[in-house]
Amino acid sequence: MRANCWMGKHDVRVEQVPDPKILNDRDAIVRITSTAICGSDLHLYNGYVPSMEKGDVLGHEFMGEVVEVGRGVNNLKKGDRVVVPFPIACGSCFSCKKGLFSVCENSNPNAWMAEKMWGHSPAGIFGYSHMLGGYAGGQAEYARVPYADVGPLKVPEELSDEQVLFLSDIFPTGYMGADMCNIQPGDTIAVWGCGPVGQFAMKSAYLLGAERVIGIDRFPERLRMAREKVGAETLNYEEVDVREALSEMTGGRGPDSCIDAVGLEAHAPGLLGAYDKAKQAVRLETDRPIALRQAIMSCRNGGTVSVIGVYGGFIDKFPMGAIVNRSLTIKSGQCHVQHYMRPLLERIRKGEIDPSFVITHRMKLDDAPEGFAKFLEKQDDCIKIVLKPH
Amino acid sequence: MATQAIRHSEQSREYRNEGNGQEERLANGLGWFSIGLGVAELAAPRQVARLIGAKDEDQTITVLRAYGIRELAAGFGILSQTRPAGWLWGRVAGDLLDIASLGKTLSSDDSNRGRALAATAAVLGVTALDVHCAQQLSRSADRGEMTEDRARTSEGGKEVRKTIIIDRSPEEVYSFWHDFSNLPSFMRHLESVQTTGGNRSHWKAKGLAGKTVEWDAEVTDDQPNSRIAWRSLQGSDVQHSGTVRFEQAPGGRGTLVRVELSYSPPGGAIGATVAKLFHREPGQQIADDLRALKQVMETGEIAKSDASIHSGMHAAQPPETYSPRSMSARSGR
Repeated sequence: MRANCWMGKHDVRVEQVPDPKILNDRDAIVRITSTAICGSDLHLYNGYVPSMEKGDVLGHEFMGEVVEVGRGVNNLKKGDRVVVPFPIACGSCFSCKKGLFSVCENSNPNAWMAEKMWGHSPAGIFGYSHMLGGYAGGQAEYARVPYADVGPLKVPEELSDEQVLFLSDIFPTGYMGADMCNIQPGDTIAVWGCGPVGQFAMKSAYLLGAERVIGIDRFPERLRMAREKVGAETLNYEEVDVREALSEMTGGRGPDSCIDAVGLEAHAPGLLGAYDKAKQAVRLETDRPIALRQAIMSCRNGGTVSVIGVYGGFIDKFPMGAIVNRSLTIKSGQCHVQHYMRPLLERIRKGEIDPSFVITHRMKLDDAPEGFAKFLEKQDDCIKIVLKPH
Repeated sequence: MATQAIRHSEQSREYRNEGNGQEERLANGLGWFSIGLGVAELAAPRQVARLIGAKDEDQTITVLRAYGIRELAAGFGILSQTRPAGWLWGRVAGDLLDIASLGKTLSSDDSNRGRALAATAAVLGVTALDVHCAQQLSRSADRGEMTEDRARTSEGGKEVRKTIIIDRSPEEVYSFWHDFSNLPSFMRHLESVQTTGGNRSHWKAKGLAGKTVEWDAEVTDDQPNSRIAWRSLQGSDVQHSGTVRFEQAPGGRGTLVRVELSYSPPGGAIGATVAKLFHREPGQQIADDLRALKQVMETGEIAKSDASIHSGMHAAQPPETYSPRSMSARSGR
């Protein structure tokens, strides 16, 4: 089959690779009908994630039709149309039973690698380095899905691929970002990052009852999408001082909760950005926490900073004093997609949200290399690319 | 089971890390230091001579080379054991030799006094560390804090202790382990275990470099739902003994499975050090095997990825062909 493979920094190529096979009784094989490029795929593309091997198949947002099931799968049959969550979870361990599927205790065969980096291992993830399992990803014609009796969600025929594809990752991720804020009536929520995840975080904040939602970014097309499609207010951080603006907008108190939907490759103009970039270049820092620092400093006393942007390693100059002295709560995590998928599918069915609003480009799988470059450079007002393998 | 009583009394609620105590970490550091210094003395004796202010002449070079061999031996000796008190006292003896040699250098006319003094100060510092470490290790050995099985460990022995929590009752996990034919399902380096009558069994495993290793073992203790102990019989390829304990986890959260293994690695001390260098040490192996046991008991299968089914690094792509027997989960780590 054809699959988009990581070949090195800024180098992905669609190659001919073997078809997936059933390795365990609880596996299923899915013929992929739609898949997408994620913002976190760019961290792989830019060489920020260790333990990548040349030839690794990328992609963790995918859906399609079941073509084969292992002997241990009773809830799915050939022909079922499913969306597959990006964390791989067994469903029966301590973490899964608590609903914390992205930290499943059993699904990472390379747990020892992640342990060295992070203390304990999270769940395995499709197409996201060997430290997170070495699973082939979904930017391909077919994928092997482990624990198929736990993860894949059957979706109704009347909803198109584009309406449900994002249940695999970015919609639940944005939603969890808002969910972690514990939104109360009257709350003002500020979201750093108006990429697809940020858009869903803002929309979810409204769904969860926020009074005001403020999106922060520098790309006009993303700010426009936030205003027009989500109904948020926006700040362009290259034109205004964000902390001053937020202070003014909230009468000095600060937003009730702040969502970091930016992550490790944060960009900032001027000296601050240069500081973190320099430290990163000489490996004194692995991640750039510019957006995170700002979110912490802006958040009102007693508020919550919800971190759904992806970080991998260590950061510098972290405002711990602000957290301790102002009673801040930090909540974070890779999305527990399995926990959110069903309720969010319901919301889509009821018409409360049509997730396809973030899509700006549709391409063939073979054009994935071009897609990555376009997505990285934000060319052509690119916000979200969906790939079709067939 | 006197030692078990000590572990559970109120006096000893303080957890003792039998594996990587501070003393052992210091010993390991000194072991690596020895190896580094040994390599330098053997490979670049002229530069070392100049560094310590000694005269660059043939006699000095020969002595330095001999010391290099000594350092390497000490380094390997230290790294190959968990508590290498003897080898550390050996280091101290070596340090005294070094000080004596440096004394000679200091008193000779055409040496660089400044450098020699600095070198002497450095060696004195290292000597202090060696003495401290050797004393610590000897002291705790004397305190007799050894389990029955550790007492059996010979000079070249290593110990490993790993624990995992499994969401099943002690009865279920004990039953699974007790049937030794189940062990290869999660101990991936084992090919087969067959009961040969009474409390004896015959084991086959994949050793280093793909060789098959076989031995006979006997169960020395069997407390239902609590403890199994075994040891290899005399004349086996690998001398080892082990215990596995099954304890109710606090809060009703399943079972704590504690494995303790003592073994003399094939290839002796050198084999163990080489194994450590290439991350094939049994501590890692046991940890991964226990993870596999947890997966088998909690999910019914061992987690496999397209990359992890190969031994050695492999791209995360589906395999060309797959049959469970042809590919084993990674053995080389």
